[in-house]
Amino acid sequence: MGIKFRKIANLITGKGATRASENAERIRKMAIIAAVIGIALLASFLVHKYGVTGALKYPTNLGPELTGLLDGGFQWILVNGEWFFDAISDNLKIALGKLRDFLVWIPWPVVVALIFLLGWRIASFAVGIASALGMVAIGLVNLWEPAMVTVAIMMVSVSIAIAFGIPMGILAASSNSVEKLLRPVLDGMQTMPSFVYLIPGIMLFGLGNVAAILATVLYALPPCIRLTNLGIRQVDPSVVEAGRSFGSSPFQLLYKVQIPMAVPTIMAGVNQTVMMALAMATIAAMVGAGGLGIEVLRSMGQLEEGEAFVAGTAIVIMAIIIDRISQGYVLSRSDS
Amino acid sequence: MRPGFETGHELPSAGSPGEPGAAVTPQNGEYTISVRSLWKVFGKNPERALEAQNLQKSKTKIQQELNLVVALKDVTFEATTGETFVVMGLSGSGKSTLVRCLIRLIEATSGDILVDGENIIDYDSNQLRNFRRSKVAMVFQNFGLLPHKNVLDNAAYGLEVRGVGKEQRYEVASEMLAKVGLTGWEGSYQRELSGGMQQRVGLARALALDPEILLMDEPFSGLDPLIRRQMRGELASLQEEIQKTIIFITHDLDEAVTVGDRIAIMKDGEIIQLGSPQDIIMNPVDDFVKEFTQGIPKTKVINVASIISEPELIIADWRRIEDLVAQMDRAGTEYAICVDTDNKYIGVIPKQKVTLLAGRPAGDLTDILHTDVATVHPETLLEQALAALVDATIPIPVVDGSNCFLGVAAQRDILMVIAANL
Ligand SMILES: Nc1ncnc2c1ncn2[C@@H]1O[C@H](COP(=O)(O)OP(=O)(O)OP(=O)(O)O)[C@@H](O)[C@H]1O
Ligand SMILES: [Mg+2]
Repeated sequence: MGIKFRKIANLITGKGATRASENAERIRKMAIIAAVIGIALLASFLVHKYGVTGALKYPTNLGPELTGLLDGGFQWILVNGEWFFDAISDNLKIALGKLRDFLVWIPWPVVVALIFLLGWRIASFAVGIASALGMVAIGLVNLWEPAMVTVAIMMVSVSIAIAFGIPMGILAASSNSVEKLLRPVLDGMQTMPSFVYLIPGIMLFGLGNVAAILATVLYALPPCIRLTNLGIRQVDPSVVEAGRSFGSSPFQLLYKVQIPMAVPTIMAGVNQTVMMALAMATIAAMVGAGGLGIEVLRSMGQLEEGEAFVAGTAIVIMAIIIDRISQGYVLSRSDS
Repeated sequence: MRPGFETGHELPSAGSPGEPGAAVTPQNGEYTISVRSLWKVFGKNPERALEAQNLQKSKTKIQQELNLVVALKDVTFEATTGETFVVMGLSGSGKSTLVRCLIRLIEATSGDILVDGENIIDYDSNQLRNFRRSKVAMVFQNFGLLPHKNVLDNAAYGLEVRGVGKEQRYEVASEMLAKVGLTGWEGSYQRELSGGMQQRVGLARALALDPEILLMDEPFSGLDPLIRRQMRGELASLQEEIQKTIIFITHDLDEAVTVGDRIAIMKDGEIIQLGSPQDIIMNPVDDFVKEFTQGIPKTKVINVASIISEPELIIADWRRIEDLVAQMDRAGTEYAICVDTDNKYIGVIPKQKVTLLAGRPAGDLTDILHTDVATVHPETLLEQALAALVDATIPIPVVDGSNCFLGVAAQRDILMVIAANL
């Protein structure tokens, strides 16, 4: 009894002791931080009081030299790669134009019916009805054509993003060094403000839909790469081991085991890519992309708040329709 | 019929008359797989653990001093065709590491693995792939089935990567699914199957390759006890039919004793005892193994041969025995065993019946000869001999396959073994 009691007492005091030392540690850290802030403030105060000019103005401005250097670089790329960028630009313009014409050519009731069927079969009856009503609403405010242009830009961009993103994701999943290389690039891409993506497009292709497509592709690419990589790496290692034990070649392992098992995650990546493409396709109106974005931009410039609001709402409606339907698709795939 | 699947081979029997505990020991050069001095050390610069000054150190000491984990320490054994070689040990003793090294899912640190005389450690990636596709197949504890393929495609997976055409591989896969009792489930998916059924698919997938060597890493641990017992039985009868070299991993001695021809007990990466189930249970090398074996009923592994004894009275010229009662009195026994001149067993004569002869013409014992007394074989496990014991009033005669009389199994001796085990 006595021993037990002492043990418990020890336990309590021991615990108390660690808690006390933890507190002391925390106070010490806070004191250090306070001291650093104090010194910094004091130094700033002194600099201003005694007018130390060297510390108030940067001694030199490297800006012009750097931008000059970059200008030269881009000029060089443009001159030497002209044929290449022109070829891309021309072909994309043609493809985009044809796609847009085709979408506009389909009579609106047919599109509404197809959207209803898609929403119903893939997601649910309610989603089908709501999606169809949303499309009707867009048509009723005379935004049908711009909406179809936006869809065309999105479709082209998403196709390109997927065509590059999934293979890059697979590559990243099969090699640790590729993944290490890609990760900071993707991190950087995802923290950049979205309009920064417009810059390379304008520089290489000038204003217009092609610049918009490039910006959209770049913006929508990261989630596709990331989730493909993640999906493949997350495949149950015991299944991969079983696959290896039967003598699968690396290629067989990839397309018979890893990729099929990663499909739900890859589809989640595609869903994100589609959503980001829609966001960018409207922002890209700033570089001359047609579509719903330009309607918002123009009406805001002319201070027509009502029109801007209607066009903005049309974008939201499209976003919701696309998200519901593609989400439904992802869910139906991961259930099976 | 594909080679290797004919039935009718003799299963090597554990223990033969006269030398209890004799195990199937591979003759030189007849093994299918031979593991020689295999080491696996996890960590940076694993060779350090193999340096002379570290060889004697314990696993814990090496872990503390060198920050290396010795998962396999100088493991050597051989296994032959038709043999079920069981590796058992506690969690962390290195069983999974061993079986993964055998198929090079994990690369060994040092040592050789000879399969049909070739050292698979020297294989390049191409040879290794061919080895995995043709000679060896593995069954996993957590099944490792492909959730996006149906049962038939799963069972055919090994053949698919080998490049066998669809029709042919489906034919073989269906045959194997039938063998494991899954006919009718070909179109189902993993999520629709119970654990036991999933493991049968895993087994069918391995068997479809017709491998020489079947590696099984705790294949039944994920199953509930009832299914587990059933699967063990099915594996035993399957092995009798297919005669593969099976390396079977388990942490359950009961399971090891049921399916194993020989058992290797591992501790801290080393094999500390290797022998027949009977060996291990009757002569544990140390307290560790002894403790391990405590829960196992000895009647499960001890056969009649180990308790066989001479009867007090055997009569060969049994038709003309005049002074039988006197002989029985002299021998102090209640019965006599009758054999013919070739030592073939004929029957038993109880003493109380002999007294009935008193008034009859001497010589003919046919009326009182009991020929329907249950007999047992020397390799019969005591567990099974218990049934014969129930009706026996005298010791049970032991005969071999050709009905030669070998001795008797006394009730007292059988009960002694059971009592010693309680
Ligand atoms: N990848 C690894 N890296 C480092 N150590 C490992 C690795 N894999 C296994 N080990 C160690 O090797 C030893 C043997 O592990 P192993 O998995 O072979 O044990 P086991 O006998 O199969 O156990 P269980 O019954 O739990 O499956 C353990 O000490 C474990 O910590
Ligand atoms: Mg294990």
